[in-house]
Amino acid sequence: MDEKMIEKLKSQKTYRREPLTDTQLLMTITICIFMAMYVLAMVFLKGGFLHPQQVFDMLNDNASLIIVSCGLTIVMIGGGIDISVGAVTSLVVMSCVMYLNNGGNIFVSILLALGIGLAFGLVQGFLISYLEIQPFIVTLAGMFFARGMTTILSVNPQKAAHEGFAKLREVKIEIPWLGYYAKNGNLVPARMELGVVVAFACLIVIFILLGFIRLGRNFYAMGGNQQSALMLGINVKKTRFLSYVISGVLSGISGYVFMMHTGAGNATNAAGMEMNAIASSIIGGTLLTGGVGNVAGTFFGTLTLTTIKKIVVSSGLREPWWQSITTGGMLCFFILLQSVVLGYRAKKKKA
Amino acid sequence: MQNILQMKGIVKRFPGVLALNGVDFTLRKGEIHALMGENGAGKSTLIKVLTGVYQMDGGEIYLAGNKISIGSPQDAQNNGISTVYQEITLCPNLTVAENMFIGRESGSWVQQKEYEKRADEILQKLGIPARSGQQLGNCSLAVQQMVAIARAVDMECKVLILDEPTSSLDDKEVQMLFDLMRSLRSEGVGIIFVTHFLEQVYEVSDRITVLRNGELVGEYLTAELPQVELVAKMIGKELDELSSLHEVDETKEEKKEIFYEAKDLSSSEAMPFDFNIRKGEVNGFTGLLGSGRSESVRAIFGADKVNGGTVKINGQQVKITKPIEAMKAGIGYLAEDRKRDGIIAELSVRENIILALQVMNGFFKPISRSESEAFADEYIKVLNIKTASRETPVGSLSGGNQQKVILARWLLTHPDYLILDEPTRGIDVGTKLEIQKLVLKLAEEGVSVTFISSEVEEMLRTCSRLIVMRDRHVVGELTGKDLNQEQVMKTIAGGEAADEQEK
Amino acid sequence: MSKKNDKKFSLNLGQLTIPIIAILLLVLFNLFRDPSFFYIGIAHNNDGNIVLSGNLVSIINGASELAVLAIGMTLVTAACGGQDISVGAAAAIAGSVFVKILKSVPSINGFTVLVAFVSACIVAMIFGSFNGTLVAVFKIQPMIATLILYTCGRSIAYWINGGATPTVDSPIITAIGSFIPGIPIPTPVLIVVAVAIAFKLLFHFTSLELFTQSVGINGSAARLNGINATFMKLLSFILLGVCVAVAGSIGVSRLGLINHETLLLDVEMDTILAVAIGGNNLGGGKFKISGSIIGAYVIQMLTITLYAMKVSSTDVKAYKAIVIILLVVIGSPVIKAKFAKLTAKSKFGQPKQPAKGAD
Repeated sequence: MDEKMIEKLKSQKTYRREPLTDTQLLMTITICIFMAMYVLAMVFLKGGFLHPQQVFDMLNDNASLIIVSCGLTIVMIGGGIDISVGAVTSLVVMSCVMYLNNGGNIFVSILLALGIGLAFGLVQGFLISYLEIQPFIVTLAGMFFARGMTTILSVNPQKAAHEGFAKLREVKIEIPWLGYYAKNGNLVPARMELGVVVAFACLIVIFILLGFIRLGRNFYAMGGNQQSALMLGINVKKTRFLSYVISGVLSGISGYVFMMHTGAGNATNAAGMEMNAIASSIIGGTLLTGGVGNVAGTFFGTLTLTTIKKIVVSSGLREPWWQSITTGGMLCFFILLQSVVLGYRAKKKKA
Repeated sequence: MQNILQMKGIVKRFPGVLALNGVDFTLRKGEIHALMGENGAGKSTLIKVLTGVYQMDGGEIYLAGNKISIGSPQDAQNNGISTVYQEITLCPNLTVAENMFIGRESGSWVQQKEYEKRADEILQKLGIPARSGQQLGNCSLAVQQMVAIARAVDMECKVLILDEPTSSLDDKEVQMLFDLMRSLRSEGVGIIFVTHFLEQVYEVSDRITVLRNGELVGEYLTAELPQVELVAKMIGKELDELSSLHEVDETKEEKKEIFYEAKDLSSSEAMPFDFNIRKGEVNGFTGLLGSGRSESVRAIFGADKVNGGTVKINGQQVKITKPIEAMKAGIGYLAEDRKRDGIIAELSVRENIILALQVMNGFFKPISRSESEAFADEYIKVLNIKTASRETPVGSLSGGNQQKVILARWLLTHPDYLILDEPTRGIDVGTKLEIQKLVLKLAEEGVSVTFISSEVEEMLRTCSRLIVMRDRHVVGELTGKDLNQEQVMKTIAGGEAADEQEK
Repeated sequence: MSKKNDKKFSLNLGQLTIPIIAILLLVLFNLFRDPSFFYIGIAHNNDGNIVLSGNLVSIINGASELAVLAIGMTLVTAACGGQDISVGAAAAIAGSVFVKILKSVPSINGFTVLVAFVSACIVAMIFGSFNGTLVAVFKIQPMIATLILYTCGRSIAYWINGGATPTVDSPIITAIGSFIPGIPIPTPVLIVVAVAIAFKLLFHFTSLELFTQSVGINGSAARLNGINATFMKLLSFILLGVCVAVAGSIGVSRLGLINHETLLLDVEMDTILAVAIGGNNLGGGKFKISGSIIGAYVIQMLTITLYAMKVSSTDVKAYKAIVIILLVVIGSPVIKAKFAKLTAKSKFGQPKQPAKGAD
């Protein structure tokens, strides 16, 4: 054995600083860009950006998007896609509102939300994993079905008129020390809706699932290289099935949170949410090719998307089109950045 | 020494091919056993039978004396048979530790710390220069390979199969791998080593089993089998009755003009080399698989990124960096890997035949339907392609007929110079002979042909000049009376004879 | 779009089996339900022209934009193995450009309409090349690459017309959107025929079909045969751009106004569906434009059938989804294999081990 050579190789190849994994690298980039953006906004735009309430508003408005994006991140890590999430959210809102308005009880309405999400997850997961139908087509059909069912339930907007639910909606978490003094001198505490708590709970659960639970790591393995995952002894079909089930259930939760935020069911609820969720995941460093991504990144992806919209408005570009044009530009930037960064990595490794 | 694995009379059939014909193989405890053979010899089929990827059609497998049946890769693993493939079957996006433990842990929670600790222990014990927390994709290929081995070792494998593990490693990395193999051997693991590098076999293996055309040639102790004899056994010595298809008149060859000439040509895959071919000449690159013969002809055609060198065609300097430039210069190239680089499987025989001509004609000058049908019919007849109709998807044809379709594709472009890389691989004997005859006929018509084959007698029958490669370098050039089995094998194997032949 | 040559007539329609069966099923269903569904009438429209009317006419007319887009989408799918989800947004941009030009010219006549259309084409081709560059050069998956334009395309359309939804009032535009006086067939149908013929000619006079399929099926082999794969992918997106401009212009002409939000809303999903129903592999490779066109009509026929059954326009999606799922389940490889096994069993009386592949 040539000890010297091995020592030399060891020193060259391993005992330098541990490089970041792809997931960590892309996530770090996103978080840095978000921080930089927010700080710059605080410095130059001031206004709302100086108040913590700005962040809470962003969270309040996007709690359900965050939840849905978590589910989508899981599916995307596994190398799939689920475009039914927005429509399922909308269906859940409509179903629950109608159920509550017809004298239902809150506990059952929560079960209903979870049940609808679970049903979509089960059926879509089965079709994709066990019948090997393309995920795009299956979830497209799921999206059509959910949207159609929403309008079958009611074409007209339905306002939730349930007393208990109205009380539940009113529950806000107030954080006085992050509040600010209004012009009349009163302290306005920072307010956070219950939905945000649910969103954080989902984030934490999924974060643990992806990082520390066997199933979560199997998602990564499957997305990284399906053939390898099979050879390594992972039940790929079951793993893929579960990824869609989780995404379905999260869509159900997202629907309930959405309802708590808006308090009404409308056929156009959560329109385009699936694409916002995909965009959040991508900005957060998830690759559609699979195997790379993390919900923490997705969370910051959602915030980045929202912040850029706020910045656009605050900086005087008030015409309605600027928001999505900047969003598109942002998305383009991140997609190209990922492509270039990972491409550079691959090249460096080969050399 | 104790036998851990015995395979007896293994038979495996594929539609139209007998891939393994009663092959025996024995692996003893604590030995490194090289499995040798050229393309189509049946070694990968044998490995796949052993790992449960294929089901055998006959024969028995004994593990430590007990008869076992292997129905799936999982079965093989449970029996302690682990395989490390040339293409790494790990997940590049996970860490080293995860790759070693995923898919075989118990409980729902990932014991990251525990895994990393255990992984580090194993890596250290085996002397693998990797850290458990690294992302696998950031490690070199050699290290990735070793991680795969470490995983297998930790699964308490009794039989470790290494399928072409060294083909993408450099010399240092190969040494590291060998050290690892030796230390495993000393622990009593039986290692099956599949490779095409002769030096490596002699360096590390204890025993050699040679397969040829799906049959067992024999089992030998490495120390008792000279390299030249090994090559002879792999390539096959017996010449059949059709051995001499032509007589080469050397003086006549000399008079022909040089058609193509390359100096210091190199590509991302090929080392710099010089090469030329005369009009109507048939020459060949020979050497074992992986010796650089395919890479060299790919460089001529511009199939890989060309890095340097000058090329002259008919004395005129030309630039060939892309396939289309080569095609315009009158060069045709039949690629080694028919499935990956040759056929467009779902397209019809007709579309596959006209493809190259169509590309040369250009985007705006499509070949008309009736014209293309005429071309297809003509070549189906000339080359005797067995197909239901000219509109049959080429993917549903047998290997030999697919190869003829690709030949037809290039013949249709009426090339001045045709490169055929393993045109006879994996096809039946009759078609092989047809292709050889075709090569000679083309040469008579003035087409230059470079021919590559794993079977030396095929090359001897068709080529008037052989360029011998070893370890990615040209090590000799044989013509005239030196064109015989012995001389070729000596040159391939390396040693005394090679140098004298240089002119 | 190759015809079956000199083989005996057989029921082997290959790729077209599923779309044709789907159409037949819908026809049978409607025959059974209400034969008057197929009634084609002659009526006078508001301008006093004699025009064809009836469900069949509205099916064929209504599917026009979808059919045109499906043609382009088929090419992109074949070459790139992925789909463009920005066609609706891009059509809104093209429509906006179309209207913008018409609003800025002194008078709307045949020539200015042509100028407006050509401008729309150019703009749509530029956006197509943007998508195409991301896909072909940067090797980004088509769905992700086109997500960018999907996100911001309709806003760009809004921006082009300065935040308004301008109308164009001209007999020429009305003629494009509904009927040309004296011709009883809806103009959009004629445009589809024209586009289909144009593509047929394109396939006839160039090697587009062969090269695109080669790139989609086996990129490596295509490269070694001298085909420029990057260019072919880019080209497919540019051609889709032309289709987008045509579809956008039809859509604008139908209403005589551009509404960036509702013009061809959700058409990308229907387009991809049309391609899939047409028997084309969404993973790329061999394609049949005719399949996608039939697929577009299947979707529209389904929609109109549901309308005829008094299903409201918003609810149609739910039923559509069920039909889609049934179609893809029947076509799924697993179900096919199971079915083949079953028939094999009954044929030979004993279970036969099918030849197994490597993986």
